[in-house]
Amino acid sequence: MKIIVAVKQVPERDAPVRIAGKWIEESDLQFAMNEPDAYALEEALQLKEKHGGEVVVLSAGPERVGSTIREALAKGADRAIHIACDDLATRDPLSIARLLATAIQPEAPDLVLTGLQSEDLGLGQTGVILAELLNLPHSTLILQVEKTDGGIKVKRELEAGFFQFIEMPTPAVLTIQSGGNKLRYATLMGIKRAKTKDVRTLSAAELAPPNSPVVMLEQIALPKKQKSTQILPGSGKEAAAALVEKLKFEVRVL
Amino acid sequence: MSILLVLEDRDGKIGRISWETFAAAQQLGAALNVPVVAAMIGAQTDSLAAEVAARYPGKVVRVEHTLLNPYTPDGYVAALHQLIEAESPDYVIFPHTYQVRDFAPALATRMGQVLISDVVAIGEGPVFTRQLMQGRLSGTYRHSGNGPCFISIQAGAFRADAINTGLGEASVSTFNPILDPAQIRTKAGEPFRGAAQTVDLGSAQLIVSVGRGIKDAENLPLVQDLAAALGAELAASRPICDNGWLPMERQVGSSGQSVAPRLYLAVGISGAIQHLVGMKGSQCIVAINRDPDAPIFEVADYGIVGDLFEVVPALTEAIKAAKQ
Repeated sequence: MKIIVAVKQVPERDAPVRIAGKWIEESDLQFAMNEPDAYALEEALQLKEKHGGEVVVLSAGPERVGSTIREALAKGADRAIHIACDDLATRDPLSIARLLATAIQPEAPDLVLTGLQSEDLGLGQTGVILAELLNLPHSTLILQVEKTDGGIKVKRELEAGFFQFIEMPTPAVLTIQSGGNKLRYATLMGIKRAKTKDVRTLSAAELAPPNSPVVMLEQIALPKKQKSTQILPGSGKEAAAALVEKLKFEVRVL
Repeated sequence: MSILLVLEDRDGKIGRISWETFAAAQQLGAALNVPVVAAMIGAQTDSLAAEVAARYPGKVVRVEHTLLNPYTPDGYVAALHQLIEAESPDYVIFPHTYQVRDFAPALATRMGQVLISDVVAIGEGPVFTRQLMQGRLSGTYRHSGNGPCFISIQAGAFRADAINTGLGEASVSTFNPILDPAQIRTKAGEPFRGAAQTVDLGSAQLIVSVGRGIKDAENLPLVQDLAAALGAELAASRPICDNGWLPMERQVGSSGQSVAPRLYLAVGISGAIQHLVGMKGSQCIVAINRDPDAPIFEVADYGIVGDLFEVVPALTEAIKAAKQ
């Protein structure tokens, strides 16, 4: 089974959020692999361990995404494709998916996996757009993938604690929900091996020139408070004592 | 000009989030002075159409084909594509459900468009507000292409009771898309429940909920002690359950249970929108978090900005003392 995993590098959780124009100040930030994409990578690695084949990691972004690509290689991906792209922020999801699709097409994979959404923009669409651009069947919010004769059977999360199984032929595109597997850590051996693995760099401008975006992020702002929060100050002990007073006399739950 | 509103079948009824989306579509329609066309889709939509027609004296379209049951993304994309070509609406609005997330981006792509997903407010322009960076930022989006603008509306962002029912009678018509079984590439199985639910968070009066801030499964006794002292149920945000530290049935949020207790005490939970939609209806929300910018403080009534490893044991002791 040849599997391509599309991963995104995103600002680390709890990164400081300082508005700079239409985005946040990037020099403040540390970056990490988008967590849902880490689950997609894990699913791909487990499928390869069961059925053999190859796992190719694919990521678009500036030079810094190299660290996320190396992390994926260290965890066990066989090789990588880096779409060098400095204008990710001004491309809309369709334009980014076009880049990914153009890179995926000549690889002719059996499966394309990606996380269900990104932790920065959270649009949750790249996988589904990719399926449409590649003209492949797809399913989303997948927790388990099983190989069948001529295709796959996947477990999809539904709302309110329900699930369903879906069968489809391969090649196919799946977006992976978190929690289906336990994430692995890179081993020292893996980190060492990653240095010798093949990373091919493609130029975004050559793959798919940017088209004028259909939707544009016009402005960002700190969110408006929905409630006025009363912050209880002081040391841990003082704040705890103040909260107990509130719980007793105002919320009346003690 | 028109706004096409696509409603979702929830166990044979129009679900709450669809009614909220109805209110959003009407708000946009009023601002632009254009009518809302309400569509429902399936193999049999008569009862859904009747439910809508009873409240909405406008245009109602039943999109029907036997191949639309069960739901498949291929069937829905093909059918709605044909409807949109026929109606040529300027806006297409969906409730932001799992099902919509599964097909609407592909539908938008087929028409050269991009879905603006997870919208929480509509402003003049129109512009569409959605959350970024796990709720730590809010972004305003504008549609700039030719062709219809696709948006999906987040749960709880608009009020279902704000629907303008008006006077008059609905005009209900049926649209029969042309579908071929060969177009439908996935085979959907029957929905089934996960492991039997043994915890009913929905009826709990007091909830202590724990998030990533707890750092390690070994630290869970801290919040278990707090819950025990309060007489509260213990709940968690998704990452805690993903890690297997607590069972999935204790998860609160869009992929877990929705709760509205008298007290929701969030410990080390930053408050991504997926979590907030499951608990923001709580009567009193208390947040303990070391990050003063965590979005949980946007919905909290009381907040303690501090290290949970100091605050939680002190709180447990103070509650025990107060109860004596």
